[in-house]
Amino acid sequence: MKPKALVLQAHGSNRDFDVMDALTLAGADATGIPLNELRMDKTLLSDFNLLVVPGGFSYADALGAGKLLALDLASYFADEISAFVESDKPVIGICNGFQALVKSGILPGKKKEEKRKNESDVTLTFNAEGHFECRWVDLAPVSQTCIWTQGLEENIICPIAHGEGNFQISELFSLSAFIEQDQIALTYVYTNGVPANGHYPTNPNGSLLDIAGICNPQGNVLGLMPHPENHIYQWQHPRHTRGETEGSGLKLFENGVKYASQI
Amino acid sequence: MPIYKFTVRFNFQDPRSSALLREARALGFDALQRIMVQDLYFIEGQLAQDDLQQLTLKLLTDPVTQSAAWTELPAPLSAPEVDAVILEVALRPGVTDPVAEQIVRAAHELGFDGVHRAATGSRFQVEGLKVEQVESLAKALLANAVIQHWKIGSIEPSFPEEVESSGTVEIISIRGLSDAELLALSKERRAALDLAEMQAVQNYFIKEQRDPTDVEFETIAQTWSEHCVHKTFKAKIEIGNWVNGNHQSPITNYPATIDSLIRTYLKSATDKINAPWVISAFVDNAGIIDFDDEFEISFKAETHNHPSAVEPFGGANTGVGGVIRDILGVSAKPIANTDVLCFGPQNLDPKSLPEGVLHPRRIQSGVVAGVQDYGNKIGIPTVNGAILYDEGYTANPLVFCGCVGIAPKGLHRKTPQVGDRVIVLGGRTGRDGLRGATFSSMTMDAQTGEVSGASVQIGDPITEKGLIDVIVRARDLRLYNDITDCGAGGLSSAVGEMASTIGCDVDLTSVRLKYPGLAPWEIWLSEAQERMVLAVAPENVDALQKLCDTFDTELTDIGEFTGKGRLIVCYGKTVVVDMDNEFLHDGIPQRQLKAEIREQRIENSKEAPQISNDLISNHLLSLLSSPNIASKASVIRIYDHEVQGGTVVKPLTGIEADAPSDAAVIKPIGTKGTKGIVLSNGINPEYGKRDAYKMAWSVMDEAIRNAVAVGADPQRIAVLDNFCWGDPLRPETLGSLVEACRGCQDAALFYGAPFISGKDSLNNEYLGADGLRHSIPPTLLISAIGIVDDVNQSITMDLKEAGNIIYLVGDFATAQRSVPDVPTITPQVYQALHQAITSGLVRSAHDLSEGGLAVTAAEMCIGGRLGMQLNIEASTLFNEVNGCLLIEITPANVSAFEKQFADLPLQKVGEVITNPTLKISNVEIAVAELVHAFNNPDIL
Repeated sequence: MKPKALVLQAHGSNRDFDVMDALTLAGADATGIPLNELRMDKTLLSDFNLLVVPGGFSYADALGAGKLLALDLASYFADEISAFVESDKPVIGICNGFQALVKSGILPGKKKEEKRKNESDVTLTFNAEGHFECRWVDLAPVSQTCIWTQGLEENIICPIAHGEGNFQISELFSLSAFIEQDQIALTYVYTNGVPANGHYPTNPNGSLLDIAGICNPQGNVLGLMPHPENHIYQWQHPRHTRGETEGSGLKLFENGVKYASQI
Repeated sequence: MPIYKFTVRFNFQDPRSSALLREARALGFDALQRIMVQDLYFIEGQLAQDDLQQLTLKLLTDPVTQSAAWTELPAPLSAPEVDAVILEVALRPGVTDPVAEQIVRAAHELGFDGVHRAATGSRFQVEGLKVEQVESLAKALLANAVIQHWKIGSIEPSFPEEVESSGTVEIISIRGLSDAELLALSKERRAALDLAEMQAVQNYFIKEQRDPTDVEFETIAQTWSEHCVHKTFKAKIEIGNWVNGNHQSPITNYPATIDSLIRTYLKSATDKINAPWVISAFVDNAGIIDFDDEFEISFKAETHNHPSAVEPFGGANTGVGGVIRDILGVSAKPIANTDVLCFGPQNLDPKSLPEGVLHPRRIQSGVVAGVQDYGNKIGIPTVNGAILYDEGYTANPLVFCGCVGIAPKGLHRKTPQVGDRVIVLGGRTGRDGLRGATFSSMTMDAQTGEVSGASVQIGDPITEKGLIDVIVRARDLRLYNDITDCGAGGLSSAVGEMASTIGCDVDLTSVRLKYPGLAPWEIWLSEAQERMVLAVAPENVDALQKLCDTFDTELTDIGEFTGKGRLIVCYGKTVVVDMDNEFLHDGIPQRQLKAEIREQRIENSKEAPQISNDLISNHLLSLLSSPNIASKASVIRIYDHEVQGGTVVKPLTGIEADAPSDAAVIKPIGTKGTKGIVLSNGINPEYGKRDAYKMAWSVMDEAIRNAVAVGADPQRIAVLDNFCWGDPLRPETLGSLVEACRGCQDAALFYGAPFISGKDSLNNEYLGADGLRHSIPPTLLISAIGIVDDVNQSITMDLKEAGNIIYLVGDFATAQRSVPDVPTITPQVYQALHQAITSGLVRSAHDLSEGGLAVTAAEMCIGGRLGMQLNIEASTLFNEVNGCLLIEITPANVSAFEKQFADLPLQKVGEVITNPTLKISNVEIAVAELVHAFNNPDIL
């Protein structure tokens, strides 16, 4: 029985079909549900085993990318989503979805026992270069706590396409705890695996510690700026005409789907 | 009601500031030391201090990176910052402001119901300039009077006046007017109608025994505008040569008169080729061809030149939005955008700018930002394009926007039924772009910027994304019988066209408005963006409404298709339009024009430049960094070319993804099998200046050559034409247009590549304050769409492996001509190359175009970071030719490849070498130098 994946289609999502394609290939039964439909029947969410907040430009990035989608998540689905997360079901937010998870405080999230209210003390702000950028990057899977990146050995090669992917923290934020809890899921690296150390364009947006993706302490919620869903076929590889085939993003989704089927 | 002003600043260096500083200095503001940007939000409403605090934290700022201050307007005079001038900019009332709309919506979602309305703006803190200099900086870079107002010091928002419309309709007495008065009326209302057309209008209303309402007059002006009806391309043209007064006729290759350029040259080519895979050509919003058993694909390219000249961001923004709606107009899902842009020199001396003209730098950055904003946000990849520079485009930039769509076969419907409702979907209607169609049909003058200001608007891509979501689903559910987009002419064109056979009744009071107070003619003519008109059977309206609710899209029922054969528009009880469809759509008199064909041309053959060996290196490197050839990565990278996951051959390719692809290949998501779509283009204003006929051949060849290079089947390529010319009333200007059209026909027949759609933008001329005409070079864009049977066999242009052999295929002309001919053998060469590609023999292919063979070889080296040993005659290195490509073949495949080209022009010209150097005879250039030159355009 295939795990059921819900792809939340917000006003302005645009990589929803891309990720549904990836989830299907990874063995899930993927359904796109517009946010307004989910509002009509919030209980729908609990019928699913995996939740995706896809990429796009929800509300045209007005007042900051992901900000108003985050507001929707908080106003309409706060309880449903936290129940979903607590039940250890896999959640992934990609690009605009990541921005929304961060700005709604679902990421970096808190330990189960922690009772503190989520505060947005991390953010994804404007790229250091000052503009939107679309280019392929190399990602090193780091976190072994994150069920999405767990056990991935090979780098993932996939495109970024964003203007606000620069991961930064406030002084209130405890970076050491964040690192100890193994919440750095993916980082920007050179093809040979050497860390970008902030060097553009290997680190394309100036993110702190070359962070491309983070997870919650529990490890079931992943947010990342790059688009692994746009590298699931060989012919998508930017050097496929040179016979290069490595770095598929599909295994990330296979991890998530496999985990979902075990819950 | 009180208005609060919020000023939001970054806690660290705002990346926007450095970019502005760079741009301002480039425009000659050398004294400028520092410029800081802050965002302004204006919120009108009854709000407590705590509400303001909460709004700031929860809505208006990112607590991690920003801080904000607010004050109630009018703002108390704050002490001026040390050595800084404050400039504040806000949008004019009625200019689309999606952020403001979201502030109100989100504030209510957060429970701040006291928020009434909002506006946005920017605040610039400028250091190092005097107040007068800041004022000129505002005009040159920071603000645009077309859509914004600005002030030194503290600005206040301006909301649209909330006055009810009187609904008054003006009667225009036209029946008694003399010819001179008719022309005066046309000019006064900016109708752009000539005497014959005005007389036709007069006669119609004499027959009707009444005078027209202003709504009727404006409707006719729009329907009969060059933009909507293509008068010049349908005109009867007398061909001749009036050199020194003595008329010569006939002219070789031409009849004495041509009855419609479209029918004579473009449609006729398509008809003669009669390709079975062409599903629809010239009749619909876009051309449609066959893709596979399941799907059809559509393609359309439009220009948005005049708006982009006066408001670059908005002009390009709405240009992209417009062509996407053309694709929706054939019930297809948009899957790829293309953008070809022509600008003046980026290093133009600001002092030499004609009055009322924006600097080419500003135009380019605005246009590129506009394309990026719309394409990225709506989620359509921008996969192919070009950027060209020429002095001729300084006052008239060209912005070609193309869009490709895909749809299941047989679902597109185009026939409204009697009783169907007239349904408007999407954005609301305001005073946007009024008279845009006639505006784009007129020569601009120094005043155009102000007078036609309302002709430009900012787009709202997310609203249009809602249209895509609704229409694609409505199509699959068969909820509508006809669909078209609201473009130039607004509802008058869209509804007018749909009702042109059966007629309709429309009530303008039911149209949803952005703000009250519009006169009936303004509602009917408004060019508000993001609107589509559908014919929907009454029983399907509820289902469509449900879809619209799901995707936050507004649906408005404005009337009924009646079958009465008349166009009847009411404003409440008053009838404001009651016209015979036949008159409106067929009543326009055919234009009678003269075209001057010049027999003798500018020197047709010139000596190839003799370049001594030691100069080859310098010449090649300077070519590689010349604006027209150098890398466009800085633009390409800010367009999303990966969304929708179908981009097989990307705009930039090679090991470091910094080499220019010949064409794009995309595999539409959701299609089965291995088929892909190839997109390429050909354009060459330099040739246009020299010989329009041969230019047409050259750009057609370039487009097809590029498509074939990546793997397109030469037997399955369709093309679009986009003509951008000067004033066709000048016989020599029309003459070169006629020449280009004939070139299009001859080349289309030669390649068997049918035209499936086209568009023209004429009057690209500028009457400068100096009293002189500024006209663009005759510019023809050919956009090609082809099919590759297996995307896994796509070819890129980067060198793959040392030891491979480099062939030159095609009839390489050693004699340089002012415009190269297309060799007769070319179609066979492309066919053979395609066979070689599908047999898996080809490792890389790159076409010879601007800069000749040397540039082609250099770019292949850049792509593969490999060297090449090239053995060809130095004097021919830089020849510009047609029909030729460089091909990389592995030694193992050499004989098979040569067999493929038996009896066809083929030369073994070199070899790929490990040592990263390009070796030409005894000249050696390091690939690193090539890379550096190519990636560092000498713009300044």
